Amino acid sequence: MAGKTLFDKIWDKHVVDEIKGGPSVLYIDRHLIHEVTSPQAFSGIESRGIKVFRPESTVATPDHNVPTIDQHLSIKDELSRFQVNKLTENCEKHGITLYGLTHPYHGIVHVIGPELGITQPGLTMVCGDSHTSTHGAFGSVAFGIGTSEVEMVMATQCILQPKPKKMLISVDGELSKGVTAKDVVLYIISKISASGGTGYFIEFAGSAIRSLSMEGRMTVCNMSIESGARGGLIAPDETTFAYIKGREFAPAGVDFDRALEQWKLLKSDSDAIFDKELHFDAADIEPMITYGTNPGMGAKIVEQIPATEEIEPSTRESYEKSLAYMGFKAGSPIAGRKVDYVFVGSCTNGRIEDLREVAQFVKGKSKAEHVTAWLVPGSKQVEEQAHKEGITEILEAAGFKLRQPGCSACLAMNDDKVPEGMLAVATSNRNFEGRQGPGSRTMLASPLTAAAAAITGEVTDPRTLL
Amino acid sequence: MSSEKFQTIESLAVPLPIENVDTDQIIPARFLKATTREGFGENLFRDWRFDKNGATKEDFVLNNNTYTGKILVAGKNFGSGSSREHAAWAIHDYGFKVMVSSWFADIFKNNALNNGLLPVQVSEAFLLTLFKAIESNPATLIKVDLEAQLISIAASGASESFEINPYKKECLLNGYDDIDYLLSIKEKIVQFENSRS
Repeated sequence: MAGKTLFDKIWDKHVVDEIKGGPSVLYIDRHLIHEVTSPQAFSGIESRGIKVFRPESTVATPDHNVPTIDQHLSIKDELSRFQVNKLTENCEKHGITLYGLTHPYHGIVHVIGPELGITQPGLTMVCGDSHTSTHGAFGSVAFGIGTSEVEMVMATQCILQPKPKKMLISVDGELSKGVTAKDVVLYIISKISASGGTGYFIEFAGSAIRSLSMEGRMTVCNMSIESGARGGLIAPDETTFAYIKGREFAPAGVDFDRALEQWKLLKSDSDAIFDKELHFDAADIEPMITYGTNPGMGAKIVEQIPATEEIEPSTRESYEKSLAYMGFKAGSPIAGRKVDYVFVGSCTNGRIEDLREVAQFVKGKSKAEHVTAWLVPGSKQVEEQAHKEGITEILEAAGFKLRQPGCSACLAMNDDKVPEGMLAVATSNRNFEGRQGPGSRTMLASPLTAAAAAITGEVTDPRTLL
Repeated sequence: MSSEKFQTIESLAVPLPIENVDTDQIIPARFLKATTREGFGENLFRDWRFDKNGATKEDFVLNNNTYTGKILVAGKNFGSGSSREHAAWAIHDYGFKVMVSSWFADIFKNNALNNGLLPVQVSEAFLLTLFKAIESNPATLIKVDLEAQLISIAASGASESFEINPYKKECLLNGYDDIDYLLSIKEKIVQFENSRS
C-alpha cells in the first residue's frame, strides 16, 4: 500500500463519519470567527433554539470592516458599528472569547491565530474567510468556509465536506537576493493560473520553501486560495516548533514536549501519491507583480505585459477587458509605471517580518511626493513590536502613514479606499476590479517591491535599490 | 440553508460570457455589512450594473431587457476569490435558481449548494453552444433536470449531463438541510470527541 500524504493523515484523523456517496463529516478543532460572515450563522442556530456547541474551540475578533484610526472611539459608520456590536453581543451570549478593538490581542484573524499559538500542527481549522489557508503554514488543514458552514460548526463542531484532491508543489534551490515568499507564490500562481488549483489541497515542499521563515510560509499558504485551491499546507519542522514555543495558547512544559513528539510525525510519507505534482526551480523566480485583475495575471517586474497573441484565443476577450480596466497595453513594459498609492498590510503581508523588511529598505529614504503610502499592521501585537523596534519612526520619517490593525485597504470595507482610477501597489492578496475601492486599480507585490514603489513613485524592481 | 425543494427548471437564460467572475464583482465588500441573509440581490454585480452615481449602465446584461430568466450562464472560473456566502445569496435573491459555467470555484460551489442555487458545470464546448443559442435567440428555453442530471436546449435538443454529489442532489431534491443532518448524529460526534481525549 502506498504511503499517505500529510493532508490525508490530518483529514482522515478528523473524519467522524462518511456519508455514502457524499461528503465526509469532518471534525473541526479551531473555529475562528469575525463580524462579517458570522451574524447570519448566529441567527441560524438561534432560530433552531440551540447554543454554540463548543464555544471553547471558537475565537472571535472584528477585523474586516473596522476603522484603522481612532479605534478607541465608537465606530462612526453605522452599519459597521452595528455589525461589530452584534459580534460582541453574540460572543457574550454564547461564551466565546472575543478580542475586541481595544484588546491587546486584537488584529486580523489570520495574524492573531498564529501569534497567539492558537494555530498548531495537525489541527483542522476553519473560518468564514477564504484566507484561512494561511494557517496551513503550520502543518494544519485550514480552509475558508461559507456562512452556512459556519453555522454547521457552531451547531456541531463539524462540517460536511467533500475531500479535495492532493497536489504537491515543490520549489527547490536558493532564492536570490530581493526575492521573497510573496514572489514565490505570485510566480506559482502565474504559472498555474487563478483556477489551476481548484479542487485541490496543495502541499508546498522543497528546499526553497523550507528556507522560508514562518511569516514567509504563511504568505505562501495564504495565497494558495488565489490559485483556486481549497488550501495549502507545509509540513512542520524546527522553524515551526521554534515559532510556536512560548506563545500564549501553545502547549507549555511537558505538554509541549508531548505535542512535539506528535508534530514531528506530521509529514507526507516518501511513497505518498499526489493527484498532481509540480516542481519549480527557485533560480527562475525574480521579483513579481500582477498587471491584471486576477492574481494569476502576474509577471516578473523586468518583463513586459504579454502580447494578446500570446494568450489563448478563447480567453483573449477577458484578457483585454482586464487590461482595459487597468489602463495597460498588452506588450508594454511593466516597470516604470507611475504609482499613486502603496499599501503594506493584510493577512498576506502585515506581519512583523514584513514591516521589518519595509523599514530596512526605506531607512534614510523618503517616499516620492505624489505617493500616498499606508502601512497597516496585522495586529496590535505587530503594532506594539514595531514601536519597540523603532520601525514606526523609520517609516514615519520616510513619509508612510501608520494606521491601526485591520483588513483595511485589502478589501476596502472601511474608509481605507484607493480612489477611482488610482494605481496602487499592494502587499495584499487580490487585484480584482474595485477590490480596493470602486474603480481602484491594484498591482500585487511583495513588501520590498511595495517599498521600492513608494520611494521611486513608480513600479520598480527592488533589486535595483538594494 | 435550503428548505425549498428543487424542481426541474425550464427557463430563459441570461448570458454573461466573462471569465474569472470573482466574488468582489458578484457582490462588492462594501455591501457585506448586513446581518441578515435577505436583500443582497439589490447589489448583485453592483459596479457592473450601476455607475458611481447610481445610474444604470445600459450595456451590462442585467440591464438589457433582451435577456431574462432564472438561469445565469457565465464564463470559466465563476465565483473565485472570497468565501462570502453573500455572493450565492445575492444571485439567488436576484431570482436565479441555476448557475451554469464550465468551471466553478470550490467555496462558491459549496455555498450555492447550501442555498438552493444549483451550480451546473458543463464542458467548454457546451458552454459555447449555450452562449451561441442564447445570444442568437434570447427566447431560447433551457431545461435543467436535476433528477436526470441533464441540461438541454429545448429548441435544438442539444444536451449534456452534469455531475453532482449524490448526497447534495438528495438534499436539493428534498429540501434537506445539512445542519439537521449533523444535529441528528450529535451523539456520534460526542463519541468521536471522547475517543480522542
